Amino acid sequence: MAGFFEKLAAGLTKTRDKFVKGIDNVFNGYTSIDDDFYEELEEVLIMGDIGVNATSTIMDRLREHVREQHITDPEKCRALLLQDIWQQMKIDEHAYDFEDKKTIIFVIGVNGVGKTTSVGKLAAIFKNKGKKVIIAAADTYRAAATEQLVEWADRAGAPIITGREGADPASVIYDATSAFKARDCDILIVDTAGRLHNKKNLMEELAKMNRIIDKELPGICRENFIVLDGTTGQNAIMQAREFGDVADLTGIILTKLDGTAKGGIAVAIVSELNIPVKYVGVGEGIDDLERFSPAEFVDALFLDSVEKK
Amino acid sequence: MAFESLTDKLQNIFKNLRSKGVLTEEDVKVALKEVKMALLEADVSFKVVKQFVSSVEKRAIGEGVLNGLNPGQMVIKIVNEEMISLMGSDTTEIALLPINEITVIMMCGLQGSGKTTTAAKIAGKLKLKGRKVLLAACDIYRPAAIDQLRINAQKQGVDFFSMGTDVSAVEIAKASVEYARKNQDNVVIIDTAGRLQIDEAMMQELVDIKNNVAVNQSLLVVDAMTGQDAVNVATQFNEKVGIDGIILSKMDGDSRGGAALSAKAVTGKPILYVGMGEKLSDLEQFYPDRMASRILGMGDVLSLIDKAIEANAEMDAQKEKEMAQKMKKGKLDFEMYLESMKQMRNMGGLGAIMNMLPGMGRISDDQLPDEKELARLEAIVLSMTPQERKNPKLMTPQRKYRIAKGSGNDIAAVNRFIKQFDQMQKMMKQMPGLFGGKKRGMGGLGGLGRFSGKNKFF
Repeated sequence: MAGFFEKLAAGLTKTRDKFVKGIDNVFNGYTSIDDDFYEELEEVLIMGDIGVNATSTIMDRLREHVREQHITDPEKCRALLLQDIWQQMKIDEHAYDFEDKKTIIFVIGVNGVGKTTSVGKLAAIFKNKGKKVIIAAADTYRAAATEQLVEWADRAGAPIITGREGADPASVIYDATSAFKARDCDILIVDTAGRLHNKKNLMEELAKMNRIIDKELPGICRENFIVLDGTTGQNAIMQAREFGDVADLTGIILTKLDGTAKGGIAVAIVSELNIPVKYVGVGEGIDDLERFSPAEFVDALFLDSVEKK
Repeated sequence: MAFESLTDKLQNIFKNLRSKGVLTEEDVKVALKEVKMALLEADVSFKVVKQFVSSVEKRAIGEGVLNGLNPGQMVIKIVNEEMISLMGSDTTEIALLPINEITVIMMCGLQGSGKTTTAAKIAGKLKLKGRKVLLAACDIYRPAAIDQLRINAQKQGVDFFSMGTDVSAVEIAKASVEYARKNQDNVVIIDTAGRLQIDEAMMQELVDIKNNVAVNQSLLVVDAMTGQDAVNVATQFNEKVGIDGIILSKMDGDSRGGAALSAKAVTGKPILYVGMGEKLSDLEQFYPDRMASRILGMGDVLSLIDKAIEANAEMDAQKEKEMAQKMKKGKLDFEMYLESMKQMRNMGGLGAIMNMLPGMGRISDDQLPDEKELARLEAIVLSMTPQERKNPKLMTPQRKYRIAKGSGNDIAAVNRFIKQFDQMQKMMKQMPGLFGGKKRGMGGLGGLGRFSGKNKFF
């Protein structure tokens, strides 16, 4: 499967613009490691949405390594920095074991991050692997959310359990868990309505859905994915924290990485909350959801332009 | 995570400095470093921060420190003023043509920024102004986007136009204006598909719509949670398509909303409205002063005061007078408690209030008294007779027993509540001055401060 970076380059209609000034410029412009050099490095990290805190942690570590290893060459410093972030973003080798087990995937996040689209894409991935997939459309709030997911389910060729608009989403979950048992499915993917993490009632509603799944399907492997918009800034940390209180998050789906946003906030979240990024969304096609590749992510974070690659 | 507001931080830095007459370069530098961090934490674009901070620096050095302020506060004051002037505009409304002409509004933005919802919200707003609005569905890409708009148009009671997904967005836009003419609509709101600012073909679609339809207002919807990319998005939409105004969506979240500053700074286009919730009525005016406080993490005190005034307006004047009188005398009864609870709910609940207070921006829900707990306490009061409410001293074990039964609590809960109430009454007697505020609205708030205080009461 082509990496998301190649796919990016292949998208001829999309060009990266000059304003995406990358780290290469920083490295090319310096012959020695000094304060200006560090400062500019810091800028690149902050402009990638890594955030003030995570950036200063990373920079402190970098300075220390540079001191310890007596590095004077900016190029080596670059390798060190990339290595460091890569190390942090690395995923466990068992991260995708659930794909071959009986699994319930609970997909949650704030409004407009791409939950429904991601659910459709996940269904297609598992369907292509020959799994028996079933989808639960538990977003009964947003107008036409169910219709949107039905369309995706059609494209993926997976059956879908729906409820009326305005119905209690918990009832959809209940129906879906029953169907999952009765039809002996492999994977149940639950789409939920987008909600801001500071709305207590809506978060309670989510917790209730979570409890129903636990109760109806005990002992079955669970994955709770938070979907984060790659263009989101520091607020994503709050999102991950609050949603993590509702259900133990096992992974992040990072969407909208086909634009100019770098999704650097994921670095901050991984370093602060240790939730791995498992999938990335790189387009609107049904196949545009891929397993997360730390190496490509770090490259993209620091690369000037597609053409350069 | 303990949250230290910018004001607190600066207060600490300048603890040992007394106001020295004028701001020195050193004062300004130290303070601006913190300001810079706060702005970056709020997701204001790095480049905008740099420019902004350097312009503030120039203005601030040598400026006289006002009486009663320390240098840090003075810098904040200047920063605040500069931000307000940067974010504010003379334009605060969508420019509409006279009522006998058709105003065409085009929505644009990234995927998931909230265009469709915002389109419906604007439609409702303009309908209230007496316009006849048509919502035109030009998102032919996202599954069910058309259905979403149709349902929202129904809910808002405005007209709806669609040609399915087989016709190009440009054709639909053209036809919608024709339809509006026949249907006597005088506003057409074109909802377009979400698109990336670097997707040339999709950006061209917007340009084509503008070339074929006389679009009067192109509005860019920006998610308040957007990070550093906000600058790229705003710049590109403005350069390629040309925008007339910005709408910030999802402001009911707890993001600091630095994207507002970035988008305004790079485009110079006015921020018109903010989206405050999922209900179709939740579209509010943009206030640069409130936004500045929010970005700086100083809480939205102004909004709070506003809400207090609003909530108070519902309480009739006579009642308010009585309440203020009682408070002055340090007399607190259960009726006042009920009234305060009602006011609090009118202001959006305790959580909403806390979020607007400086330094409380990041208080989490579990640090607040549970709303259910509050409801239980309210039930206790509601189970009292009017006499008991007015005169807490009447309480006897028999009465308490009856109240407990009536409100579904055990007697211990009732005892606890009444005891805490007593304590609070004593406290109020000790500081009557605190509650005798002259300003409308603050009387109620003073009381609220007690109720929401650090678990004293609960």
